[in-house]
Amino acid sequence: MTTQLDDRKEHHSAKPAGVSAQVPTSDHVRVTTPDKVCGMGHRMKRKEDPRFIQGKGRYIDDVKLPHMVYMDIVRSPYAHAKILKIDASAALAIPGVLAVITGEDLKKAGNLHWMPTILSDTHMVLPIEKVIYYAQEICVVIATERYIAADAIEKVVVEYEPLPAVVDPFEALKDEVIVRDDKAKKTNHIWHWESGDAAATDKALASAATVVEQDIYLPRIHVSSIETCGMVANYDKARGHMQIYMTSQAPHAHRTVFALVSGLPEHMIQIISPDIGGGFGGKVPVYPGYVCCAVASLVLGRPVKWIEDRSENLQADSFARDYHMKAKLAADKNGKIVALKVKTLSDCGAADAAANPSKFPAGLYSICTGSYDMKAAHVEVDGVYTTKPPGGVAYRCSFRVTEAVHMIERMTDLLAHELGEDPADFRLKNFIRPDQFPYKSPTGWEYDSGNYAGALRKAMEMIDYRALRKEQLEKRARGQLMGIGISSFTEVVGAGPSKDYDILGIKMFDSAEIRIHPTGKAMARFGTKSQGQGHETTYAQIVAEELGLPAADVQVEEGDTDTAPYGLGTYASRSTPTAGAAAAMAARKIKAKAKKIAAYLLEVGEDDLQWNVDRFEVKGSPEKKKTIQEIAFAAYTNHPQGMEAGLEATDYYDPPNLTFPFGSYICVVDVDTGTGEVKIRRFVAVDDCGNIINPLIVEGQIQGGLTMGLAPAMFEEIVYDENGQNLTGTFADYLLPTAVESPKWELGKTVTPSPHHPIGAKGVGESPTVGAPPAIANAVVDALWHLGVRHIDIPITPQKVWRLLRAHGVTE
Amino acid sequence: MSRHTITVTVNGEPCTQQVEARTLLVHFLRENLGLTGTHIGCDTSSCGACTVNLDGRPVKSCTVFAVQADGAKVGTVEGLAAGGKLHPLQEGFWEKHGLQCGYCTPGMLMTAQGLLRSNPSPTEDQIRHGISGNLCRCTGYNKIVEAIQFAADKLRAEGTQA
Amino acid sequence: MIPGNFVYHAPKTIDEALTLLQTVDGAKILAGGQSLIPAMRFRLAVPQSLVDIRHLKELAYVEERGDVLAIGALTREFQLEQSPIVARSFPLLLDTARVIADPIVRNLATVGGNLAHADPANDHPATMLAYGAQLVARKKGASRTIAIDDFFVGLFESSLAPGEILAEIRIPKPPPGSGGAYLKIERKVGDYAVAAVAVQLQVSGDVVKSIRVGLTNVNPVPARAKAAEAALVGKTVTPEALEAAGQAAAAECDPSSDLRGQVDYKRDMVRVLTKRAVRRAFERAKGATS
Repeated sequence: MTTQLDDRKEHHSAKPAGVSAQVPTSDHVRVTTPDKVCGMGHRMKRKEDPRFIQGKGRYIDDVKLPHMVYMDIVRSPYAHAKILKIDASAALAIPGVLAVITGEDLKKAGNLHWMPTILSDTHMVLPIEKVIYYAQEICVVIATERYIAADAIEKVVVEYEPLPAVVDPFEALKDEVIVRDDKAKKTNHIWHWESGDAAATDKALASAATVVEQDIYLPRIHVSSIETCGMVANYDKARGHMQIYMTSQAPHAHRTVFALVSGLPEHMIQIISPDIGGGFGGKVPVYPGYVCCAVASLVLGRPVKWIEDRSENLQADSFARDYHMKAKLAADKNGKIVALKVKTLSDCGAADAAANPSKFPAGLYSICTGSYDMKAAHVEVDGVYTTKPPGGVAYRCSFRVTEAVHMIERMTDLLAHELGEDPADFRLKNFIRPDQFPYKSPTGWEYDSGNYAGALRKAMEMIDYRALRKEQLEKRARGQLMGIGISSFTEVVGAGPSKDYDILGIKMFDSAEIRIHPTGKAMARFGTKSQGQGHETTYAQIVAEELGLPAADVQVEEGDTDTAPYGLGTYASRSTPTAGAAAAMAARKIKAKAKKIAAYLLEVGEDDLQWNVDRFEVKGSPEKKKTIQEIAFAAYTNHPQGMEAGLEATDYYDPPNLTFPFGSYICVVDVDTGTGEVKIRRFVAVDDCGNIINPLIVEGQIQGGLTMGLAPAMFEEIVYDENGQNLTGTFADYLLPTAVESPKWELGKTVTPSPHHPIGAKGVGESPTVGAPPAIANAVVDALWHLGVRHIDIPITPQKVWRLLRAHGVTE
Repeated sequence: MSRHTITVTVNGEPCTQQVEARTLLVHFLRENLGLTGTHIGCDTSSCGACTVNLDGRPVKSCTVFAVQADGAKVGTVEGLAAGGKLHPLQEGFWEKHGLQCGYCTPGMLMTAQGLLRSNPSPTEDQIRHGISGNLCRCTGYNKIVEAIQFAADKLRAEGTQA
Repeated sequence: MIPGNFVYHAPKTIDEALTLLQTVDGAKILAGGQSLIPAMRFRLAVPQSLVDIRHLKELAYVEERGDVLAIGALTREFQLEQSPIVARSFPLLLDTARVIADPIVRNLATVGGNLAHADPANDHPATMLAYGAQLVARKKGASRTIAIDDFFVGLFESSLAPGEILAEIRIPKPPPGSGGAYLKIERKVGDYAVAAVAVQLQVSGDVVKSIRVGLTNVNPVPARAKAAEAALVGKTVTPEALEAAGQAAAAECDPSSDLRGQVDYKRDMVRVLTKRAVRRAFERAKGATS
């Protein structure tokens, strides 16, 4: 493997925002270390795999502690109802049932019946007056055995007085039925948020040559990680210590929140997030079940385990989307986009609890001008209460970027079709150009780097786009319907700079702590928490890249708040941009100390030394060298007098900006005119996530993310009836694609590093879930456009397509 | 309500335990025997995370009572590696990055073993249908398919059964 | 998630099983359990006693007996998929077996269970109706044969009497010039049908000599599409004839609106699938191999 020129000079220090840095795009992955070191760019087999393939992973339900008991939850069959009475006597009479905890009990225990949400609203842990969503937790039962707890919840009798459900968010705005009458202001309207310039946008729209308008709805969907949520809470009364095993994507933040809510001192709370079976944002919020489990352990003084069923998981937590968007996109007479206007209603459910940074009630939604250069934009979002579970930011959405990208990519395609222009050429004409970076968008974002035309052209080449358009015309003449859909998305990840980003006040830095042992092996701990993203491998590869220590010799740990440095966790594709950067920066601190030790050992000045992969050499006499392993040994046995022993460093990284991965996806579909079934014939995905740490893992993230983009595009939807009852509450009706439905994704890449990130990397986990749904939607609309079809909301089911076909005179 | 003493041979070891009639096989394996490699992912027999081998065929152990396995042979993921050597399927999943969070993986491995035992040379389509009873959220399935193809090739080259 | 308690029996002989069915209060048969156990886990089914028939190996077979294919009720679905006899001479049955639930469920799910449950969403009822199968029911000291047309009498209601167990399914061997096909639309692999159509026909030249059509999940009780059959008997298979049959099937079924589709969509799927299934059965009758 030939080494590439080290062009990292400009990336060594984080560039302040605003400094021009036109970054070249490459088409290959840079590898600078040999196989035995296995730094960045190597397709290293994952270090975490051996335990998983042998069934030796340690997930929450695998945790078994002495004297452990089990918690189960009684849930509401109504979306909106007064609670008249809770009679737990029959449940308590069952042998093995230890306790039943209600909202009243929590209130008496110190006002524990309420908790804050991530957006500083309040949510009832257990309600006292009324329930406000179907499947809401009413009370919990603790029993000596799981099966007894399951029997006991059947025996709790709850009397309800049903109230009218509030299911339609537009109806909710009329304030005829108030969801949150605990609030001072009796309204269902929660907040209003704006970004951009309304006056300039309206002016541009008024004078534009073409304006297209469309209502776009992204329905509720559910993360459905194969492992549900759960906890083992273990309160040791003698020590006053609470140990919690929890499905947590952000263990430190959770620890702080628990401390603030419960009054337990933070240094006596330990949260362990062990192996997590998928998170996707669903394991970021604090659900009532967690709080009840911890309280139960506190009260009983013994370990309490709570593992939710899939039904509970699907019906009560971890949902995403539910955005009603009204968009207008305008172009001048040359087909250049001039303005975007969006008005959106966010159906928040029964509490404002979306897992957003605190200043962003609509997340990063204002990225919605996307990859296109335009002068004016105005974005408005209103949040409203309904009688549905709270939440909204999850399912690999990158803080509402899925919503933003779906909207702009549908609108761009709609505008292109309306103008009679080829959607690829229309995009190429309107893309932000590479020389415009860093690009200031009309809603205030500064995009770090990008080469949108490069990615789209590559995708077009991979799929032979022009030939497909020819084929489409030929087929159309014979009554055969095929469609080609494009999505050229810009993502925004890596939250985020402390100036703007915090979760409940805690700034969104992240951390790495690296310690090298005398025998040259290292331990690296992080404030993030992988739920399958491969951090045990990728972080080791970053350290290997920086210090030449073989990745196999770097043990990565995350998830135990007693030992890991403080961090904000893993979600919104933030780990590589924040903790990955911290790893590089901590490694560079170590390297600086290592240089001093090497100079001492070699009896030269530091200026006489140069670094070569894994060693310091004397310039001009490379045979005079000290490897990092020799330096590590010396750090404990022969360090210079006056210097501290040891070889370790910690870095808390405050990113100067977010990073902006991007890509272009092209989807080809064939439509069965008899049944409305849509078959994806081909799907090419070209992604650019900057410098790549491990191409194998990046490919895995993209393939998995694409299937999680296919799923909402064609299969998944949480459906409520008019009474707010969840009709899709099990996997029998909430449809996850299998290996049969999921296509053979074709992957390509370009590499445009981030100019401000220490290793030029950007993050990638959510890009495919962001980019894929509009590519699929655009393809189906493209197939039917000539019939007069303008838009389809996802999920695009055969029935929806069938209805459109028949309405436009097409049948078999 | 009946309690039963059952003997199930698990990964070659006879295990005798007392269970309720209603004890699910997956709970028997996980709780009674401490074999937590088999996972629970749903409550409608949809996800396949609980797949184990029962008398030679992969079954969803959440949809079997432990008493139905009395006198039967059960194979779990913990029994795949023989004498400390990884099974070719385990090797394949590792080589081809056929897992991310690892939660669906034991079920996928046991299903794949059953598939390759009855069809040592499956086509890609047969593999996809073969694992259609197992849900994965992380991988998008393609690398799982490649992992199974890797194992099929290796087993055929070695002349051994899955 | 966790079922309620029950009393469990695992008889070693058919006689023992039949005795238990007659004498034990609230006894239900546990065969594959792939429908029953999920219902029990949601406590929608709360049987007092279960009679597990897994030891009755003599009820599991797939064998040719003269001009009949005899299938023991305890035969697991995968055994149909693997049977050379089924592959050679009963393509409609093979088509059906391949789309029941998912491949793991098919390792335990039984043919008898799929029929005895009398669930209009199950796949075998339509197929057995298309084959004109005969079912053998046994109880203590007696056995009788029930024509498939008389087997499904209500929603989840078969004509099995208390204490009776479905023991065998007999499918008449199709005569020369026969073809069959099962086409199912599902939202994803493993789901119940949005709609499905089973066709078994015999042709003479291009003319349909006899035809039976069964429909899945578009009636409260599994039923044939008799008007569709009438539209094709004695007719040449032409696009017009197929369209007429499809429309007849669509009109005579009685689907309900649910998450799988609205009534009008399901009816039209019956129309489209009937045409396609008849065409596929016809092609097989003429010697096509797929």
